[in-house]
Amino acid sequence: MADNTASTAEILTKIAEIVNDVAGVPNEDVKPEKSFVDDLDIDSLSMVEIVYSLQEAFSIDIPDDDVKNLRTVQDAVDYIEKAQKTA
Amino acid sequence: MTTLTTSTGAQYARILGTGSHRGSRVVTNEEMCTMIDSTPEWIEQRTGIKERRWATKDETVLAMATDAGRQALERAGVNPEQVGAIIVASVSHHIPSPGLSDYLARELGCPSPATFDISAACAGFVYALTLAESLVRAGHAGANGFVLIVGVERLSDMTNIADRGTAFLFGDGAGAAVVRTSQTPAISPAVWGSTPENVKTIENQRWTDVPDGDTDFPVIQMDGHTVYKWALSEVADHAGEAIRAAGITPEQLDIFLPHQANDRITDAIVRHVHLPESVMVCRDIAEMGNTSSASIPIAMDAMLHDGRAHSGQTALIIGFGAGLVYAGQVIVLP
Repeated sequence: MADNTASTAEILTKIAEIVNDVAGVPNEDVKPEKSFVDDLDIDSLSMVEIVYSLQEAFSIDIPDDDVKNLRTVQDAVDYIEKAQKTA
Repeated sequence: MTTLTTSTGAQYARILGTGSHRGSRVVTNEEMCTMIDSTPEWIEQRTGIKERRWATKDETVLAMATDAGRQALERAGVNPEQVGAIIVASVSHHIPSPGLSDYLARELGCPSPATFDISAACAGFVYALTLAESLVRAGHAGANGFVLIVGVERLSDMTNIADRGTAFLFGDGAGAAVVRTSQTPAISPAVWGSTPENVKTIENQRWTDVPDGDTDFPVIQMDGHTVYKWALSEVADHAGEAIRAAGITPEQLDIFLPHQANDRITDAIVRHVHLPESVMVCRDIAEMGNTSSASIPIAMDAMLHDGRAHSGQTALIIGFGAGLVYAGQVIVLP
């Protein structure tokens, strides 16, 4: 069992922190059901930076092909949890 | 054994004076949107650009380089006869030979400098500065030790107005600086290099591919997504390295003057390098557009003129672009 695996809550907090830093969205608005593009108004340039920052924060790789499936915050949480398990 | 004499140079070098010339035709986002299918708000939100400068017919690369070069020489108090070398950084000089630097030497009345052009895309000016500094320190800048460097572009000629990814980006202009010996350190070590695996990420068409009658010049082609990703990750890392190589902390930096490629890239680099709020960040792309090798010296000249920057302040300059190449260093402003 890996010690450095973040919990679901920790992952969500980190995503909110990154989204706030990159796109100025208030942390409390970054909820699991929210869509990055439609609800949080994040454009593709910010998405590139958010994905990069998530890779750095969780030491995982997120190939470009997988990014288009990260439509909601929950999608990102699930992806990171899965990536951590297989890392 | 035969012993050769080698050149003797100086310990330090500095920029003495700057000059610039912007293309005089102002093209607002509103006018741009009569040429392409977009909105002014989208362009501004995506890039930070409100308007860009395009050269008129008379504002050839030679004319713009001459104007900028003359200003830099005057501000540095240097006569044309004293210039030991001229380096022009440009991708807009469309004659294979002679280099634009030769024509520029004639226009300025420099009798016999060493002249050469370099092609290092948007890192061109910082590459030229590193070369100029090296010439001065190695003793290859002529009897008086002055080097004139110029970044000059007419990117509007090479813009594909039908390309939704690039049509609104580019501008025209020239920026120049005089480099000379210094009593104190004023140019830090260059952090420069390339990622050759990305050589096709930003690429001009070949002349032989320019369709008959459609365009006069090979157009710029760019994979913006790859460039953006590279800039916010690797270029940001190199910016941090350049600060460390200068032996200073981010708190000791006065100005951040990146190549004006895209204001969103500037923002991302500021975030990833954790530049303190005390650092003045240049966002002149708003009125200039992306002028490749000219962007840093044009902005430097503007900031010194309008008082946003002062003589003696430290500035991190970093260029990055087609190649993909990058070059960054910290300088003391003239």
